[in-house]
Amino acid sequence: MAMTVRPVSRPRRGLLEQSYLWEVARGLGVTFRHFFINLARHCLRLAGLRAEPGAVTIQYPDEPAVLGRRARTRHRLLRRPDGSPRCTACLLCETICPARCIRITAEESPDPAVEKRAKTFDIDLGMCVFCGHCVEACPVDAIHMDADQVELAAYSRGDMIWDMPALMRDTK
Amino acid sequence: MILLAWTAVKVGYALAFGLGLAGFLGWVERKQSAVAQDRIGANRAQIFGWRLIGLFHPIADGIKLITKEDFVPARALRPFHALAPALSLGCCLLCLAALPFGGTVEVFGRVWSLQPFESRVGLVYVLAFLALGVHGVVMAGYVSGSNYGLLGGLRGAAQMVAYEVCMAAILAAPMFLYGTLDLQEAVLAQGGYWGGWLPTWGVFRQPLAFVLYLVAGTAASKRIPFDLPEGEAEIVGYHVEYSGMKFGMFMISDFVENIVVCGLGATLFLGGWGIPFVSLAGAWGGLLMLASFAVKTCALLFLLMQVRWTLPRFRVDQLLDLGWKSVLPLALLNFLATVWGAWLWR
Repeated sequence: MAMTVRPVSRPRRGLLEQSYLWEVARGLGVTFRHFFINLARHCLRLAGLRAEPGAVTIQYPDEPAVLGRRARTRHRLLRRPDGSPRCTACLLCETICPARCIRITAEESPDPAVEKRAKTFDIDLGMCVFCGHCVEACPVDAIHMDADQVELAAYSRGDMIWDMPALMRDTK
Repeated sequence: MILLAWTAVKVGYALAFGLGLAGFLGWVERKQSAVAQDRIGANRAQIFGWRLIGLFHPIADGIKLITKEDFVPARALRPFHALAPALSLGCCLLCLAALPFGGTVEVFGRVWSLQPFESRVGLVYVLAFLALGVHGVVMAGYVSGSNYGLLGGLRGAAQMVAYEVCMAAILAAPMFLYGTLDLQEAVLAQGGYWGGWLPTWGVFRQPLAFVLYLVAGTAASKRIPFDLPEGEAEIVGYHVEYSGMKFGMFMISDFVENIVVCGLGATLFLGGWGIPFVSLAGAWGGLLMLASFAVKTCALLFLLMQVRWTLPRFRVDQLLDLGWKSVLPLALLNFLATVWGAWLWR
């Protein structure tokens, strides 16, 4: 494709703009409008009257965080209808993981229709970069990142490693 | 003896006015910006579960600044490193003394003046000490042994000297009209009315000077959009090597400078302690004078605070261009026009 040149015209600045004053007044108009409307709303709410909130702030630790519908949060291992983990220990997630935070050991499955199953499935959330590749790679839809849990802090690195029972715990 | 005690009371009031309002401004700055930007602002400091819309934050700030380590870099010149914030704060606190917080009232058969330092050249005194404050900034930048501090000090010197010149040129016009350099007489000169209803305040007599004064005053007190000596996003500025209460003193002196600029603006342009159509006499009159002056000062502070949260920072060259090429010529033209106008009007 040939390169094209698109001329961008700068807005012309007349004396009105160059003198700053009119533009400063307009800017002040915007901030004053917000200030007084918000102040009135705050006061109305303090007085106990129904009014729109004066701020969009979410007081996070006091109020729950609002997560997007597609937010990638803590991993969740899904179950079959009979309650056993869906994971077949194919190691695709472990392979694709760029942070190498997944450790799976496989074992023979008692179910003849299933070749392998995971004996252990550890995710080091301290290393995880929450990229979601493991979810994309999984051929049996066994891992999701939709536990809607983002408060994952722990007091030691060891506590950041979550094992299979923990990962299968539903918070939903 | 009574005179001495009364002077001490007035000085105490001036200090309380300046420092109290400076502490309060820290809260105003946070909350006003928050409300203007659809946020809530600092509200976590609490005493026994009482939060009082964040009013405890200045106290928490003070405790934090006082108990923080007072660090002096190895390359800093020690005595001057300690002297700079004191000079900065001292100069602008001295400015407060000459502000006419009120006029004269007659109580108990005596005439009491509500101005701490009554001087025939009050304006010159205030401008002189505002200008002296730049030494603290330059000294802080120069002696901290840091290039960023030095850059901030250089900017501070260039900016504040430029705008002190502008301030003097701007205020020449209204002072010419009032025919005095005494701030108390300047207030009295604004006591008349045009057509019986419009008070002869400086803002109506000298609107251009008022606007220019707000610009120059903001620049002289290094507030956004002219806070280049700090420029916290680029160089942090002259107080980069300061911590603890020494840094706190710089912050307070910034606020106090702002209060002085607004107080002087209220004195020279908004009729000072006067209240239109109200004759002030006696003890209650004195209190009303103090209240009127405080309200006018706070109104100007509110306006400048809103400007601070509306505009981005100027570039150094833009700032100096604005000062030397726009504000100063306009101020001088305004002065000339005022003088000629007064001569023609005669």
